Amino acid sequence: MADLAAPTPHWSDRIRPKSLRGLLGTLLLFLGAWVMVFPFIWMISSSLKPTDEVYDSDFTIIPKTFKGWENYYAVIFEQPYLIFLMNSLIVCIGILVIQLLTAIPAAYALAKLKFKGSTILFGTVIAAITIPINVTSIPLYIGLVKVGLLDTYFAMMFPFIVSVFAIFLFRQFFRGFPDSIIQAARVDGFSEIEIILRLILPSAVPAMAAFSVFSFVAHWNDLYWPLIVVQSQDKMTATLSMMQYQSAFDTDYGRTYASATVVTAPMVIAFLFARRLFIRGITMTGVKG
Amino acid sequence: MARLDLSNIKKSFGETPVLHDISLNVADGEFVSLVGQSGCGKSTLLRIIAGLESPDSGDILIDGVSVRDSAPKDRNIAMVFQDYALYPHMSVGENMAMPLVMARLPLYARLPGMRSVIPVGRRTQPEIRGEVEKVARQLRIDHLLDRKPAQLSGGQRQRVALGRALVRNPQVFLMDEPLSNLDAKLRVQVRTEITELHASSGLTFVYVTHDQVEAMTMSNRVALLQAGHLLQVGAPNALYSDPASLDVARFIGSPEINIAAGEREDNGVRLGQALLPVSVTGQGPVQIGIRPETLSVADAPGLINPGPSAHLPKLTLRKRMIEDLGPEVLIHGAFDHAPDALIRVRAQKSDAYGASDDLTRAQSLQVMLNPQQLLFFDAQGQRLEARAQIAAEVA
Repeated sequence: MADLAAPTPHWSDRIRPKSLRGLLGTLLLFLGAWVMVFPFIWMISSSLKPTDEVYDSDFTIIPKTFKGWENYYAVIFEQPYLIFLMNSLIVCIGILVIQLLTAIPAAYALAKLKFKGSTILFGTVIAAITIPINVTSIPLYIGLVKVGLLDTYFAMMFPFIVSVFAIFLFRQFFRGFPDSIIQAARVDGFSEIEIILRLILPSAVPAMAAFSVFSFVAHWNDLYWPLIVVQSQDKMTATLSMMQYQSAFDTDYGRTYASATVVTAPMVIAFLFARRLFIRGITMTGVKG
Repeated sequence: MARLDLSNIKKSFGETPVLHDISLNVADGEFVSLVGQSGCGKSTLLRIIAGLESPDSGDILIDGVSVRDSAPKDRNIAMVFQDYALYPHMSVGENMAMPLVMARLPLYARLPGMRSVIPVGRRTQPEIRGEVEKVARQLRIDHLLDRKPAQLSGGQRQRVALGRALVRNPQVFLMDEPLSNLDAKLRVQVRTEITELHASSGLTFVYVTHDQVEAMTMSNRVALLQAGHLLQVGAPNALYSDPASLDVARFIGSPEINIAAGEREDNGVRLGQALLPVSVTGQGPVQIGIRPETLSVADAPGLINPGPSAHLPKLTLRKRMIEDLGPEVLIHGAFDHAPDALIRVRAQKSDAYGASDDLTRAQSLQVMLNPQQLLFFDAQGQRLEARAQIAAEVA
């Protein structure tokens, strides 16, 4: 009998281009990757330099004067870095939990319940996706000032507690859930909430994971809204803390970059660990009964 | 144990009417099939009984009590779905326990993890498990209780769905095409099992199917729906032998009934060269329904000879094609006088294991009709009464 299994290729075969077209493709991908990765390299490189060297016309990746220790020491120990991290975590997790709590029932209703005006309501949801935060931020800011809730966790989370993107995403996902299972559940005596909790949610784990990543990353990286509502250092998020080295007169770029590196690191590490889940969430499949 | 009465049920989806004024009574312990082509409204009617849809008008009574405004769970019904609708993330045992958990525990005790903590939950837990195991043994799925639905075969899923419906001991058992996702062999087997289940449980069954064989073999009575109208309700044999209209006659019976155009004459109905000695009520053109199995072939090689029925009217059939089904053959052809109307003849072989080669070679065959087994319809397809004419028989 012929051996049908292909011989295991040597590792170098996998990266060695097979033809000129392959070579061009590899080059193109390499360029793309470089464009993506270079800012990070710049960031890490600059975080090890003194400020005057960051914008030196004679740019080198390896710093001429090594100021890494000082920069990172200042970022991690000369400011309450752990408080910033905790603030970021509280805000991101808080936003995520409330978003899931509001979006999942809304998405279920839009996907599976028949009621008058559901189409219009869903149209409104789609339309709301197009409204940028910048439009609503001024009225929201004024409102928060009036009720005296500026510089609170509530103010930091409030604009994001209902995510129309989440409603849209979950609605599309729930539509694929078999109607007959929901009907069987109604015959068996499930309430609508129990249908969501016991049947829909277990099947929506990939969608929830994907959305959680999107939401968490977006709010971790958000600089705009915290910059508006946070006034004191004890409510500052990690991302916002980067701005501390910037003043009207001069900016300590070395420390700003060190701060950026430290703030980015948790997200990058988390992504590397959850990569599989993240990809599964994007290529999610429906329920097989 | 309950009787079920549907009175004047009407339903439309938007502008499209799906059910026109349906009334149907199902006696306690009866097995009634709702049968019809897809889109005839049979599933909608079943879902109205279940409470998953509400009728635009009309009423549903279970044991004389209107359940029109009750939620599905308060109707004490159970339903088996075409795709089984098992809860994908629960084991077989949990699937089957769900109706009991929902019925016996209050909401707070049903929350995740609470069942084993709260006293009510702890008390009912072993009792529910006992009942689930009893039903599982009855359906021979007790070894599957820890599996997930995805790990089961189609037939096993089907049984789990039946089991989940049975545990709650419903008053009315509703089934929506439960066999259509099974392969042909299994379908026959489960068909028998459902019939036995009906006999042993004594429950009232309402069974939706598009397959007339299922409807005919399983039910006490068959209700035939077409385009939202209830065409006829009756015992399976009554629908076959005494259909109220051409539509019913067409639907029941396989292969489909042959339709031939006949003309009224003074002493009978003319069909090509044959004069059928019957008098038919009404006026105008007559459509003659001829069941393929009532036709017999005279002097055909390899087929059972009809024998002393030589006095029956004969017609020449131009043969087109033969299907050999083993013990019998299906002959497709057309009568000499009407070459466009397809006529099928189902005939028994004289030797069940014999070949049909001789028949395949034959160009035309003499076919005999038994006037007593013919069905007559008017131009609109309404059934006409027919009486044998003694005088004509002599001629």
